[in-house]
Amino acid sequence: MEVPILKQGRFLIATIQAALSDEDLLQLRRALIDKVIHFRSHGVIVDVTALDVMDSFATRTLRDITNVIRLRGADTVIVGIQPEVAFAMVQLGLTMEGVATALDLEEGLAHLQQRAARNT
Amino acid sequence: MSSSKRSANHMERTVSQSTELLQELVSHLRQNRTQLREEWANRITEAQLLTAMTTEEIFTEATSVYDNYVETLATGTFEALQSYSRNLSERIIPRGVETHEVVGIVLLLRDVLARSLFAKYQGDFTMLNRILDAYEPAANRIANTVAVGFVQERERVIRQQQEAIRELSTPVLQVRERLLILPIIGVIDPQRARQLTEQLLRGIRTNRAKVVVIDITGVAAMDATVANHLVQTVEASRLLGATVIVTGLSPEIAQTIVTIGVDLGKMNTVGDLQGGIEQAERLLGYKVVPVADTAQS
Repeated sequence: MEVPILKQGRFLIATIQAALSDEDLLQLRRALIDKVIHFRSHGVIVDVTALDVMDSFATRTLRDITNVIRLRGADTVIVGIQPEVAFAMVQLGLTMEGVATALDLEEGLAHLQQRAARNT
Repeated sequence: MSSSKRSANHMERTVSQSTELLQELVSHLRQNRTQLREEWANRITEAQLLTAMTTEEIFTEATSVYDNYVETLATGTFEALQSYSRNLSERIIPRGVETHEVVGIVLLLRDVLARSLFAKYQGDFTMLNRILDAYEPAANRIANTVAVGFVQERERVIRQQQEAIRELSTPVLQVRERLLILPIIGVIDPQRARQLTEQLLRGIRTNRAKVVVIDITGVAAMDATVANHLVQTVEASRLLGATVIVTGLSPEIAQTIVTIGVDLGKMNTVGDLQGGIEQAERLLGYKVVPVADTAQS
């Protein structure tokens, strides 16, 4: 299942709608990087509100996405991690260090705008 | 006739015989209800059981226990007795009746009834034996059922209270828009740590919190497990986009943590709750100014 990526001003928003296979995650990674380059975006938001499971592969892929996008000079925020998912992730030792997180889409946008204001 | 058939027949005969005997027993107990019940109530008072209840109460309770006892012997089903003993326990536990008292009175009733059987059949030893064969297992099972019912009810009450204490002891409070405080008091065990984290995460979600101050002034001791729970709570909150400030680490706890070697590098710590709230306000962009100063400027 393909993840829709929307352009919102200088930012990109990818909303994950349902559980993704490993293949889908890799596809998301490629698509996001392509679009960041294409639109010259300053920030990316990945919304995982709909996910009720986050395994190690998903966590690692999201961290990779963040790192690759950082190399293009843009920020990434993961938003909407559910409380239960966060708890399970921490117990599995998946803490996503170095990745910015926010409560929801609104917070994520505020975070990116703040970062952009600081950089300009 | 094959041997198995014979033994089955034999079984049937003994079962029907023992039911007959039980019926005889029951009618004896019904006939002598007043006298036996009174004797039992007297024995209870003599043994100084159920001291929390008045003599009248003991007598009323004894009557209903007696009737239920006989009823169970008559029908051979324990469901009614189970629900009755649950009901009884619910009534008498708040009065402060102890387990040994409940077991004691049921055993007393068993003995009183056994004595009356002795008295009735003392001339016919074989009959007495057969009556007791039928009576004893049923009586023991009744005693068992009542005792288990009582203990289960007690445990239920204890569990309920534990729950209540837990709920009370981990409030998640909002002090300002998007700022939560979580004062932790008492001992943190794995179960409580888990519950605490869950409550905090839910609190972050519903209050849309950005900063959380966890105050552990009230935590007496900390070991590696508890420290790791704390680290997990902090990390889980971060995944939801909230920053956590830990306050109130006592000197002893600070030393313990350093000695154990728990990595608290990811944690934001401030000396006391006041300092923690001040820092949280700074993070949120608040500035608290006395009214006098604002009036001057």
